[in-house]
Order: sequence, then structure tokens, then C-alpha cells
Amino acid sequence: MNIVEKILARASDKSSVAPDDVIFADVDKVMMHDVSGPGVIKVFDKLKKQGIAVDKLWDPTKVWVAEDHFVPSADKMSAENIVKLSNFTKKYGIEKHFKYGMGQYGICHTLSHEEAMVMPGDVYVGGDSHTNTTGALGAFACGLGHTDIAYVLLNGNIWFKVPETYYFKLNGKLPDHVMAKDLILKIIGDIGNDGGAYRTMQFGGSGIDEMSVESRLTLCNMTTEAGAKNGIVEPDQKVVDYLSQRGATNFNLVTGDSDAEYSKIFEYESSEMEPMIAKPFSPDNTCVVGEAPSVELDKSYIGSCTGAKYEDLEAVAKILKGRKVKIRTEILPAAISIYQRAMENGLLKIFLDAGATVGPPTCGACCGAHMGVLAKDEICISTTNRNFPGRMGHVESQTYLTSPMVAAASAVTGKITDPRDLI
Amino acid sequence: MKGNIIKYARDNIDTDVIIPGEYLKVHDYTELATHAMEGLDPDFHSKVKEGDFILSGKNFGCGSSREHAPIALSHSGIKAILALSFARIFYRNSVDGAFLLPIEIDQDAYDGISEGDEIDIDVSKNEIKNITKNQTYKMKPFSEIIGKIIAAGGLFKYKPDQD
Repeated sequence: MNIVEKILARASDKSSVAPDDVIFADVDKVMMHDVSGPGVIKVFDKLKKQGIAVDKLWDPTKVWVAEDHFVPSADKMSAENIVKLSNFTKKYGIEKHFKYGMGQYGICHTLSHEEAMVMPGDVYVGGDSHTNTTGALGAFACGLGHTDIAYVLLNGNIWFKVPETYYFKLNGKLPDHVMAKDLILKIIGDIGNDGGAYRTMQFGGSGIDEMSVESRLTLCNMTTEAGAKNGIVEPDQKVVDYLSQRGATNFNLVTGDSDAEYSKIFEYESSEMEPMIAKPFSPDNTCVVGEAPSVELDKSYIGSCTGAKYEDLEAVAKILKGRKVKIRTEILPAAISIYQRAMENGLLKIFLDAGATVGPPTCGACCGAHMGVLAKDEICISTTNRNFPGRMGHVESQTYLTSPMVAAASAVTGKITDPRDLI
Repeated sequence: MKGNIIKYARDNIDTDVIIPGEYLKVHDYTELATHAMEGLDPDFHSKVKEGDFILSGKNFGCGSSREHAPIALSHSGIKAILALSFARIFYRNSVDGAFLLPIEIDQDAYDGISEGDEIDIDVSKNEIKNITKNQTYKMKPFSEIIGKIIAAGGLFKYKPDQD
């Protein structure tokens, strides 16, 4: 069995599983946030009216909650959602509730790794499509809607069809100024935005061995944009070190068997990758930066679970150091822990000296919610994950998806720019 | 199940156009329905009728896990989506929450059915009748688990132990 099959077999108490088997898997961790959480609360209210018991959760210690989409509260309605969420976690005894303005908080997927909320080998489900991110730690991490999350909260398990697995063998270290985001945009451009639909996208090879855990998180995060059920990387010493730095040492490393089967194997020379962009209006509408259209940008947005981890901010700082931005540039670290490190290591000074605005952790404008949404005809270059019509604001705004380095270089020139051109 | 078709002859209708992100804070489903399809078709809310079906191309519902998407459509009156294929979270949200039927169709049905056509979906026969044009097409049968959850009326009413 491959890693996903082994995790799902263990979780469904079977000796083996194969693609297309339908199982009920025991869940190890479940996450909800200020959009999926109020949805769960509505499901609970409805169940209660139907006479179904909702007075306790299956295991509140396995549940954690993030405030991220509309925080700091965008308006009255989003403030009320945060209050509802707080009442819910209090009522059900959920202790892991990351609240903004109270120490560590941030985007749910970022907290999943920054706070070591998920362990290798876990079945982890979250009420958000980019739950796939956390597969980089060697977990089966999969996004669900709020009805399914409510079901997990009450029952501790959920049905899955065991996915077939596409294996992406990555050869060699990424060149300087080329990031994991470039590589995954290239892959999504090749296979299409439904190219991984219903499947696992697993990454391996020397390209993964060379890659930091944070870069692997970027790869797995964007598997959602190929329609994948989950993204995964087999855990290695780098994952062990990453988690132990965050206080987590009690876990088992699950890896695939030597005769693991994959439905398809793709091979990429990661050492030959170039900076990429995804043009409006789909993450699979990609080209190399060198062939990007010559457009006048209005804004550079460096944020989200995809593109505002510490490593992403470090890459941005390399470009912005000693330079000035030519267009509006917003930098929103994805969690307070990252914000703090950026402050301690001088990154925030570099950003502010360059003229950028640094904002608090939030999903914010990535999903067109608040804090930097786009006007009609505005054109944004962004380290985020989606660029569908209206994704970041007005339906006639445009978003180009890129790596943090390309977004930073483009902030400096006002045009879509290869970071190597500034070196 | 009979209804009339609203056709969007395109692929990749994503959750951001089905219900834009700014409305994710809205949990009043009647209000949510007034913004359904706003990113693609601002006239949708005024033209949709109770019992209508949407017909579209590949990868319907791609993007976010927001259950707001099937909810906004369902509370607009939409009973089924007929599409060449569906994105996975939209598909399972539609079924597990018992909001609407995601019906996978083939190219013949996609090409043959037009805006406004009256359609009769017979899930027991995996058949779609076009009453307006007097044509019949096949639908892809639901997988076993999906069929059972639909028959039960959603995931919470489905009892896996009784299989």
C-alpha cells in the first residue's frame, strides 16, 4: 500500500484498502473556522430540532478552531460569527481556539503546522478546501464542507472513497529565485484544474528531499487547485525536526510500502524550473514569467496560507531589501508566530522601509472578504491560491498568481517581473 | 423529477462565482440565495424558479469547500445540477447535506439540452427525458454510497451499520 492507503486502512481498522473502496475512517483531528464554524452551528441547531442529540462532541480534545477569514472583524455580521464561535467552543469544551488579539492566531492551515496541530499519519479533516496543505507533514489531510464537519464532531468518523494516487517525482533542487509555488503552478498548468480531481497528489524524489517543510506545504496547499482530495509527502527527518522544534515528538512516521502502487507517475526536473504565473481567471492558466503579458499592476498582495509563511516572507525581504515598491503592496504574515519572527529578524523593517503596508494575519482579501479587496478593473499580483472571477473583489478585477519572489519583484517594478532580473 | 433548464454552456463554474467570498459571513440562507450565481449571472435570482435545474460543463463547483454554494443554489429553488463532471467537495456537500442532486451527464445530453427545456430526471432508471425535444439521455449512475446517502436524505439520516 502507499502512504494514503496505509493511513486510511489503519483509520478504518482494515488490514488493507485499495482505490475506490468506500470506508468510514476514524478522524484524528478536525478543524473549523469562522466561516465553516457558524455553518456547523446551524447544522447542530437543525439536528436538535429533529431530536438528534448534540449535547456533546465525540472528543473535544481532537477539535481545534481558528479565527481567520473575517478577522479582525470586518463588520457587525462577522463580529457576531466570532461571538457564536466563541460560545460554541466554550459550551463544548474545545480548548484549542486560536483567537485574534490573544497571542498566537492566524490562518487555520498555517496554524496546523506552526502549532503542530496535526501529526504524521493522522487523518485530519478541516472545514476548508485548503486543508490539503497539512499533507506536507505526512498526514491524510482533506477539506470538507460544514455538514461533514458537524458529522465528524458528533461521530468521530466520516466516509471516504479511497483515492487513487498520482505520484509526482521531482528531480533536483529548485534553482535560486524559483520557489515551490512556481513548481506547483507548472504542474497545475500541465494537468489542469481538474487534473487531480478526486485523487491524491503525492510528491517525492530528490526535489522533495532538497525541499524545506514550508516549501512542501506550498505544494500540498495548491493540490486543491488541481481538484485533488489531498496532497501528501512522506515524512522524513526534516518533518521530525520541524515538529520537534514545535514541541511535538510523539508520533509514528507512516510511509508507503516498497511495492506501493500509483495510478500514474509524473516526472519533473525541478532543477530546471522557472518562475511561473497563473493568469486570470484560473490557477491552470499558466505561463513562465518571461512570457507574461505586459500589464500595469495596481497591487501586490503577499499573504494567505499559500504565500505568507516565514520562508515566503524571507524570500520577499531578499527582493525588497534596499528597494522601494512602485505599487500598493500589502504583506500579511499568515500567523502571529511568523509576524513575530519577521519582527525579530528585521523583515518588517525591510518591508516598511520599502513602502509596503504590513497587516495582521487574516484570509482577508485572498477570498475577497475584506482588508484589501480589489476594485473594478484593478490588477493584482498575488501569492495566494485562486484567481477565479471576483475571487479577490470585483468580478471585473484581475489576479495573477505567483510566488512570493515574483510578487515582490513585481511590486518593485509595477510590472510582472522575474526576480532574477533584479539581481 | 421534472424541471426547467437554466444552461451555462461553460466549464469550471467555480464557487467564487456561485457565491462570492464576501457573503461567506452570511448564514441566513434566504439572504444567501439572493446572491447565488452573482459572479456569473446577475439575473439569476430574478429568473430562477422553484424546481429548476442548472446544466453546465466540466468541473462544476470547483474551488472552495464553502457549503454556501449548494445551499445558495438549493435555497434559490434549484433541485439538481446536470454537469459533465463535478468538483469533489461541491459534489459531496450537495449529497451529504441533501441540498440538491448532482447528476453527471454525457456530451449528448450536454449538447442536446437547451435553455428552458423541460426535463424529467428518473434516477431509478438513470435516465433523463427532454420533454420539450422528445429526446432521452443516460445519466451516470450514482455510486453505491452516494445512492444510499441520497435515498436516506443526507449523511445524518444514513445508517452505515444497517448496510
